[in-house]
Amino acid sequence: MTSLTELCLYEARDGLKNKSFSTKDLILDHIDAMESSRKLNAFITETPEIALKSADLSDENYANNTNRPLEGLPLGVKDMFCTKGILTTASSKMLSNFIPPYESTVTDNLWNNGAILLGKLNNDEFAMGSSNETSFFGSVINPWKKNDKQAELVPGGSSGGSAASVAAKVGVGSLGTDTGGSIRQPASFTGTVGLKPTYGRCSRWGIIAFASSLDQAGPITRNVKDNAILLNSMCSHDPKDTTSSLKVVPNFESSLGKSIKGLKVGIPREFFQDGMSDEIIKMWDNGKEWLKNAGAEIIEISLPNTKYALPCYYIIAPAEASSNLARYDGVRFGHSVNSNDINEMYELTRSDGFGDEVKRRIMIGTYVLSSGYYDAYYLKAQKVRSLISKDYSEAFNKVDVMLTPSTPNSAFELNEKCDDPLSMYLNDVFTVPINIAGLPAISIPSSKDKSGLPLGLQLIGKPFDEETLYSFANIIEESSNFVSLDDKWWIK
Amino acid sequence: MSVDIDNVKKIAKLSKISLSENEIEKFLTDLNQIIGWVDQLTEVDTEKVAPTFSSFGAEEGIKKRSDVISDGGYREDVISNAPKSEEGFFLVPKVID
Amino acid sequence: MSNLVTGKTGDWEIVIGIEVHAQIISQSKLFSGSSTSFGSEHNTQVSFVDAGMPGMLPVINSICVEQAVKTGLGLNAKINKFSIFDRKNYFYPDLPQGYQISQFEQPIVGEGKVVIDLEKGVEKEVRIERLHLEQDAGKSMHDQHPSYSYVDLNRSGVALMEIVSMPDMSSAEEAQAYIKKLRNIMKYLQTCDGNMEEGSLRADINVSVRKPGDELGTRCEIKNVNSIKFIGQAIEYEAKRQVDLIEKGGVIKQQTRLFDPKKGQTRSMRSKEEAHDYRYFPDPDLLPLTFTDEFIEGIRKTLPELPDIRRKRLVEDFDLSLYDAGILVSDKETADFFEIASKDSNSKLVCNWIIGELFSTLNKNNKTIQESPVTPENLGKLINLIDDGTITGRIAKDVFEIMIESGDNPVSIVDSNDMRQVSDEGELESIIEKIIQSNPDQVKSLEEKPNLMGWFVGQVMKETQGKANPKSVNELLNKKLLK
Repeated sequence: MTSLTELCLYEARDGLKNKSFSTKDLILDHIDAMESSRKLNAFITETPEIALKSADLSDENYANNTNRPLEGLPLGVKDMFCTKGILTTASSKMLSNFIPPYESTVTDNLWNNGAILLGKLNNDEFAMGSSNETSFFGSVINPWKKNDKQAELVPGGSSGGSAASVAAKVGVGSLGTDTGGSIRQPASFTGTVGLKPTYGRCSRWGIIAFASSLDQAGPITRNVKDNAILLNSMCSHDPKDTTSSLKVVPNFESSLGKSIKGLKVGIPREFFQDGMSDEIIKMWDNGKEWLKNAGAEIIEISLPNTKYALPCYYIIAPAEASSNLARYDGVRFGHSVNSNDINEMYELTRSDGFGDEVKRRIMIGTYVLSSGYYDAYYLKAQKVRSLISKDYSEAFNKVDVMLTPSTPNSAFELNEKCDDPLSMYLNDVFTVPINIAGLPAISIPSSKDKSGLPLGLQLIGKPFDEETLYSFANIIEESSNFVSLDDKWWIK
Repeated sequence: MSVDIDNVKKIAKLSKISLSENEIEKFLTDLNQIIGWVDQLTEVDTEKVAPTFSSFGAEEGIKKRSDVISDGGYREDVISNAPKSEEGFFLVPKVID
Repeated sequence: MSNLVTGKTGDWEIVIGIEVHAQIISQSKLFSGSSTSFGSEHNTQVSFVDAGMPGMLPVINSICVEQAVKTGLGLNAKINKFSIFDRKNYFYPDLPQGYQISQFEQPIVGEGKVVIDLEKGVEKEVRIERLHLEQDAGKSMHDQHPSYSYVDLNRSGVALMEIVSMPDMSSAEEAQAYIKKLRNIMKYLQTCDGNMEEGSLRADINVSVRKPGDELGTRCEIKNVNSIKFIGQAIEYEAKRQVDLIEKGGVIKQQTRLFDPKKGQTRSMRSKEEAHDYRYFPDPDLLPLTFTDEFIEGIRKTLPELPDIRRKRLVEDFDLSLYDAGILVSDKETADFFEIASKDSNSKLVCNWIIGELFSTLNKNNKTIQESPVTPENLGKLINLIDDGTITGRIAKDVFEIMIESGDNPVSIVDSNDMRQVSDEGELESIIEKIIQSNPDQVKSLEEKPNLMGWFVGQVMKETQGKANPKSVNELLNKKLLK
């Protein structure tokens, strides 16, 4: 019998509804898959006992016809979401012993909708990274390999565990967070669908903060429909997060299959880069073609300040992070190094508890906020941010969505870019501007490069118009005939 | 602008991160590379531009709570993760004002 | 009065600016729903937000915002319709987030002014630079353990208004008058209870000295002085320290100092010696605060009568002297007491009794006017008993004593103790006759010593236990003895 893990989210949901199998059967298969995928290092904490206990309740609910929208569906959760009574580490030594006495709003919404926690997923430390190599708990391995089946590849980051687990069919979907591309880039590297909602769509309460003005939670799934279903259960207006929106949450699933006839797709010319690979260009062209065939109009547009988005991001995000991470001081929670002097205690705790990339960003952030540099860096970047946002709002007067590649390349090898922070940062060139402007965007697997690795297309939407993104993503998904991973080499 | 050794030491001090001499050297190189790269923002004319500090739409404005006691009263939970605590207090190395 | 300090090289001028931290009266904290009440068991009024736990977010308390605007209006200040919350970044054990949410470049309230009341009816204007909202920190206790400090976060996140004055004061007295006035205004507004002992009102005093006419000197900040008396002592000590140091050829270093009330001295704060760089930036978790004109005007309508206005009204409506009215309004409760007591009574007498007898009794017993055993209603009745001749002024003091002891109604005290004034001419005449007859020598000496008349009055009072109407006694004695 094939494993029930082969079923995607909506298939599993329908199977449970039709009572083709029990929640317990489904959960047992996923626990089995989780345990046999440990080579990938996608999970930091596995929670099989909790999952099995929840499965009993779900089965009761199905029996009583009181099942909720995500009843019995197993999900992995990035270790940036605080989960009550369950180790939550942000993949940092600093929080390697932290057990939150509270549950994040987004995960709480999911459990209230019947979903079941399978385990906590690995990520770059404090979500800072683009390869999942900065985790205190070790790198996550991409389930995809090149055709030669040799080198181990990164899954992208920072939601590397979230993307890898979904690609490996462990869990029917997962939660990630996206500050500069941390959902879309790993989704692109692992042939999964990842959406970063509009800033304000999901509550940030209970998500360990990296850069507060940019962070958003989002779903990673095997297909577009699953993604829409999962997002519906994640978002809500949360009075505990004053940057969460009061806007009504539409039914995203129903936007699938909607016609895009007559809608306009913007192709931002600045995203076309010198030295861009033929494969990326070809994928982009295919994307335009598919949308055109579905009745959309393709329009070239200009976003003149695009090239400044990345440097702008690498001022704003570290600045906010340097302040957000000041609470890790060894006093109230987390790692602590003994000393009889308070300042020495702080310095040793933080020096020992944070990894190099986190330290690097804290230092950059401290520098750009410090006296004498604030105006030249931080304030300047926030002004450039205004210009970038304006580029998008003006362009969206002319088009309904934008289409770009998700990343400039496919997954790279472990350790390939570790020693060069800047070349690592450049991986986020297509995703970062969207966070700066606070817009929704989705990455959909669209083709494979010549070594057989997945590549994703990115659709960018107007604020709070995730519905249009899903309509378009659905067309790309149907047109691309992307074949998902079938070789589970890690089990052998 | 370039970052010098004293900058790195000052930043480390402000960030409360102790660094070895080797680490200072390494961060000096990294920071110079990154700061040198973000310096390209100087070419953008922002003279008449107001900063944006949040991408959240100003249309909804700041949301306020009403003044009611709705939280607190769970000391055990608050100190449950404390590395050092005694009698419901957090403990820190003695501070001299 | 000169405010100069005399040193060896001549006179020096003191320049004082004050930052007051006033705790806003509210049920819950500025950014969380935990309670603000004073004196609770440690760490019991702490939410995950107040403890700076990972992933926690601030949500602003609407009442705290209104209280700040109200205070701004009470200080005749400009209300800023757009203000921003900033993070002030520094590490300290009682600062859980590693930053304090405060307001830096764009505070909620801008420039205003306060008129302070000095000796002999002199008034002076002190300019307010700004008022901003911020969170309080927790509390570290250093004497419970030999090698650790204990941290209690009950105060963490409580709403404060920081009110910054211009350096407009030039003596300890002026600084004290400023604090008193500010406290009084906030008590009238009910935005801060002004309780310095409980830390609801703390002052950071900036002191510098200069030769008259010179540029401003380097200032030292004396942190967290928590009584009016200590403010005076701290300023006097600090000014003298600076003058002595400069005259000895020393240089004043800008620094943060602490006042030690036991020694009456200020000393440099060790924990603040390190150079600071607070790296203020707008808090991305909080959008800017914006107000409409309607909102501000709505709050203006709720403003109570403030002390300066009330003082004028008391002068006009109750015929008091400006001086007496000033004393009454300098404490809201005293003025309230006065207005109730004089509702149906002679207001001037009420005022005299409050400032005289009542104040001295309360002082002696270390009580506030709210704790007075004599209610304002009963004081009013006592005044009426004097005013309508039911009792004499002397007896009134005895009645007042009993009121202090028992809290009883003066009318029943007078009745049950038979203290009514004797004005009956027949009764008084017979007493006077008796005294004249038993003291022929005194009657004889009266021609040479007219002062002896007082002795006769005394005898009558003695005979009547002070109940004789003094006016009638004088008239009758004059009639009988000065024919």
